[in-house]
Amino acid sequence: MALVEIRDVHKKFGRTDVLNGVSLDVEEGEIVTIIGRSGSGKSTLLRCINALETVDAGEIHVEGQRVHARMPDLRQFRQRVGIVFQAFNLFSHLKVERNITLAPLLTGRIGKSEARPLALDVLARVGLADKIDAWPEQLSGGQQQRVAIARCLAMAPHLMLFDEVTSALDPELVGEVLKVMEAMARQGMTMILVTHEMGFARNVADRIVFMHRGRVWEEGPPSKLFVRPETPELASFIASVK
Amino acid sequence: MRSFTFIDFVSLLSALRWTVVLVVLALGFGAPLGLGLATGRISRLAPLRWISAAAIQVIQGVPLLGLLFFFYFGMPVFLGIQVPALVAVTVAYTLYTAAFLGDIWRGGLEAVKQAQWEAGACLGLSRWQQFRHIVGPQALRLSLPPTVGFLVQLVKGTSLASIIGFVELARAGQVVSAATFQPLLTYAVVAAIYFATCLPLTLWSRSLEARLDGSR
Repeated sequence: MALVEIRDVHKKFGRTDVLNGVSLDVEEGEIVTIIGRSGSGKSTLLRCINALETVDAGEIHVEGQRVHARMPDLRQFRQRVGIVFQAFNLFSHLKVERNITLAPLLTGRIGKSEARPLALDVLARVGLADKIDAWPEQLSGGQQQRVAIARCLAMAPHLMLFDEVTSALDPELVGEVLKVMEAMARQGMTMILVTHEMGFARNVADRIVFMHRGRVWEEGPPSKLFVRPETPELASFIASVK
Repeated sequence: MRSFTFIDFVSLLSALRWTVVLVVLALGFGAPLGLGLATGRISRLAPLRWISAAAIQVIQGVPLLGLLFFFYFGMPVFLGIQVPALVAVTVAYTLYTAAFLGDIWRGGLEAVKQAQWEAGACLGLSRWQQFRHIVGPQALRLSLPPTVGFLVQLVKGTSLASIIGFVELARAGQVVSAATFQPLLTYAVVAAIYFATCLPLTLWSRSLEARLDGSR
């Protein structure tokens, strides 16, 4: 059984069809990259996977559990599925340590004495252990995004979703974030990413999913998709981002 | 007839005590109620939003004097109960404070980005935990300067209570002025006392504004 099973998912915003029958499986440990033009439904699909959006039709299962906004254990479910956003969304009134330990403490995952060691551990994994006492505003965009990733890691998620996490960064800061994500990929984390970083998609992803008009238009390993796109839509998309 | 003496000054100052009592009562009851209205305004339950919005609209739309009259003169007429001045005044100022603080705090809550709620939700926090630990504290920072600003309005607003005979600073001024026939001097002293009370608050509000300029 796949870790994530998406079956014929439909989603409308007002009268616009954003998702138009999406089906997709993601296996445990797999790195899947979703690419496509803006408005193709990539981010919406990602937000449906952790029930930030409710699907109109179709079903999403994660670890065999059906996902929807009114699921009884939504909070426990979200602790297992981490999501990192384009805008970092750090808690600006809390220092880095507290940003990371707030949720593990409030949800009872850890006790008080374990908080700082946990923060140090996950910060070390994103290369920012020395920033544990910093305020978010004192960090660069790339550092803030790495703290946001560390904040997710502190919940020990089984699946991580990344929604264009490098799009808001200055070009010279993109690399440090991608490196952290590459390391996570090597450690076996199951990851679904929406990204415009084609180099990352090509080198790190196990599978590329090209979305177009709210559908999975084409999918396959990067070696195939980037070299021999089958549809003219993907061919023109690849040509446009090169 | 006698002239304005130090004793009169002391009696004005001691009447300030009741102004302070009024402010404390209004805040003590009005702030929690205001918090309720503010959170009601951003509730996911539509009826709660409507009720809170309506309450704020109505109270803000009625002159404070109207509220005072309603609870002091109106209650005996409508409900047949004689309300002591202190009670009537407390109820009126509580509602007044709740409506204005509720609106200020609603603004503060709405100024915190929706994504902050979402970030908390994605970490498995309950709506209450998101409010208590993430959005509330940030909204408080944003709301603190206008809240202190409102406090100044409230201090001065308590002078209206004199109209229904409640003896606070302004009413004490009337009494002294009647005894001394020196209204200009008396009211100048009253005004100076109000000013001296409000100035520190105003300065505090300014410094908060400078310190909590929304960043962080």
